[in-house]
Amino acid sequence: MAESKSLRVAYGEALVELGEKNKNVVVMDADLAHATMTNSFAAAYPDRFFNFGIAEANMMCAAAGFAHSGLIPFASTFALFGTGRAYEQIRNSISYVNANVKFGLSHSGLSVGEDGGSHQSIEDIALMRGLPGMTIFVPCDPLETKKAVFAAAEINGPVYIRVARPVVDTITTPNTPFVPGKANVMRDGSDVCIMATGLMLPVALNAARLLEEDGIHAAVVNFHTIKPIDSDCILAMADRCGAVVTAEEHSVIGGLGSAVAEVLAGHSSAKFARVGIQDKFGKSGKPADLFAAYGLTAENIAAQCKSLKQ
Amino acid sequence: MSEENLEQKAKQIRADILKMLYTCQSGHPGGSLSCVEMLMALYYKVANIDPSNPKMENRDRIVLSKGHACPALYAILADKGYFPREDLWTLRQLNSHLQGHPDMMKTPGVDANTGSLGQGVSIAMGMAIAAKYKKADYKVYAIIGDGEVQEGLVWESAMAAAHYKLDNFVVMLDHNGLQIDGSNELVMSIGNIMAKFQAFGFECIQVDGHDLDAIVKALQAPVSGKPKFICCETVKGKGVSFMENNFGWHGKAPSEDQYNAAIKELGVAVNG
Ligand SMILES: Cc1ncc(C[n+]2csc(CCOP(=O)(O)OP(=O)(O)O)c2C)c(N)n1
Ligand SMILES: [Mg+2]
Repeated sequence: MAESKSLRVAYGEALVELGEKNKNVVVMDADLAHATMTNSFAAAYPDRFFNFGIAEANMMCAAAGFAHSGLIPFASTFALFGTGRAYEQIRNSISYVNANVKFGLSHSGLSVGEDGGSHQSIEDIALMRGLPGMTIFVPCDPLETKKAVFAAAEINGPVYIRVARPVVDTITTPNTPFVPGKANVMRDGSDVCIMATGLMLPVALNAARLLEEDGIHAAVVNFHTIKPIDSDCILAMADRCGAVVTAEEHSVIGGLGSAVAEVLAGHSSAKFARVGIQDKFGKSGKPADLFAAYGLTAENIAAQCKSLKQ
Repeated sequence: MSEENLEQKAKQIRADILKMLYTCQSGHPGGSLSCVEMLMALYYKVANIDPSNPKMENRDRIVLSKGHACPALYAILADKGYFPREDLWTLRQLNSHLQGHPDMMKTPGVDANTGSLGQGVSIAMGMAIAAKYKKADYKVYAIIGDGEVQEGLVWESAMAAAHYKLDNFVVMLDHNGLQIDGSNELVMSIGNIMAKFQAFGFECIQVDGHDLDAIVKALQAPVSGKPKFICCETVKGKGVSFMENNFGWHGKAPSEDQYNAAIKELGVAVNG
C-alpha cells in the first residue's frame, strides 16, 4: 500500500539519509525546524545543524558562505520567508555566483491553509524562476520529495525544492525516474494534455478520470522540475493533443503556466489554458476549502480541458 | 473600569482566545496568552481610540508586530465593540474577516498587516514619522516578540526611530523567553534586548508584563526626544498551567479535554 505522509516529513527524513552519506551536507533553519522537519537532521547530526533564529536574510548569506567554503548547505524555512524575505540575498549572494546552496522551503502554496494570505507563498516559483541558473523542483509526493533532495545534492549550483505541508498519498513508485528537467508522463492520452506540478498531480489525475467518462482521453504529465523546463515534452505533447491545460498551486503568473506558455508561444498552435491562482492573494481557510474556492479542483481542470476541445 | 473588573476581563479574554483556537483547531496559544495585559493596557487604559470610528484621524495606532498573537487582539477588539463577539468563533475559517494573521483590509480596528515577523514594528515606526511630519499628536505603539527581535529589520527600525527622535513611538517587548524551536537562548541568543534598545537610543523601562498597572505607568512615563522601549517580562501561555513556559504550545490548538481543563482553570464561562 502506497504510503501517505507530509512532504515536509519526507524532506526531513531524506536529509537525514543524505547526511549519513555525505558529511559535507549541513542543514540550516530559521526557527522553524519543528515545522520544516529539519529537526530530524538536528537530532541526528547536531554538529551539522545550524539554527539561525528568525533571521532569514542572514541565513541565506551564511549559506553562501558555507557553500564558498566547500559545504553543501540545505537552508530551510517557510517558502514565503525563504524566497520572499531573503530574495535579494538569494539573487546576489547565491544565484549570481552559482553558489552550491539548496533551499528546501516548506509550507508552500495555499495548502498552508488557516495561517492565511500572509503565509501562503503563491509567487515563490515566479521569483526563483527569474534567476539564471536556478533549478526548481516541485515534488508531488513523499517519494519524489526524497528523490528531489538527493538530486539537488548532485547538482552544482542553487536548487529550490518547494515542499508542501499536507499529508499526501504516494502516487509515484520507487522506480519512477526523477531526472532533473525531464517531465514524467503519468497517464497517456491524445485529446488533451494536463501538465501539472506538486499537489495538483493527484487533482489532475482525477480530472483525467472525469474526462474519460465523457470519452475524452487526457494525458497527465508530471512537471516535478519547473526549471529547467522540459520544452521537448511540452512541444511533443502539444503537437500530439492539440490542447494543453496547466495546473499548479501557484499564481498563473510566473509559475508552471507561464513556463509552458513561454515554450508554446511561437512554436505551437495548440489551444492553451492555465489552472492556478488567478492573480489574487490567498486567505485563511482549510486547504480543501481554499482549493475549491480558487478553482484548484478536478472539476475545474476538466471543464477547462473541455472548453478547449469545443 | 475598576482593577478587579480588569483582572476578571483578562481571564475572559484568555478564555475567548482558547475557544477561538479550539474552534478552528489551529493558531498560536502561547504568544497570545502572554501579551493579554500588554494589549489591555493600551486598549482599556492608555490609547486614544474610538471603536465606533476605527479610522478616526487622530487615533493612536497599535500595531501587533508579532501578528501570530492576533487572537488576543481580536478578543479585545470584539470586547471593545469593533465587531460582534460571535465573529470570534469564525477565526481562520473561509471568508471570515478574522484572518490567521492581522489584516487591515478586513478587520475593523487593525492598523497594519503583520504576520511576517519584523515588518510590523517597521511599519509602526513609519507611522510615527508621518505623525511628526503631519504635526499630528497621536502615538504609535508596536508590540514585538523576543524571537522576532532576531530579524535585522527590527534593528533597522530602531535605528531610524532614534534618528528621527520619535518620542511618539513606543516599542513593547513581550519577553517570554521562548520561540518556536525552544528558548531564545537555545535558538539564537540575542543577549540583553533592553540594553541593545538602550544602545540604539531608546528610553527603556522594565515591567512585569502581567501587571496591568505597572504597564500603564510605564506607558504614561514622559519621554522627550527619544523613542520608548518597554520590556514586559511575561510568561508564554500565561494563565493555563500546562501551557505556561512550554514552547510546545507556540502553535498548537488544544484538544477537547485540554480546552475544558484550561477553561476550568481560568474559572470563567465562555458565552456566545
Ligand atoms: C519573517 C518570519 N519568519 C518566520 C515566521 C514564523 N514564526 C511565526 S511565530 C515565530 C516565533 C516567534 O517568536 P516570538 O517573537 O518570541 O513570539 P512569541 O513567543 O511572543 O509567540 C516564528 C518563527 C514568521 N511568522 N515570520
Ligand atoms: Mg517569545
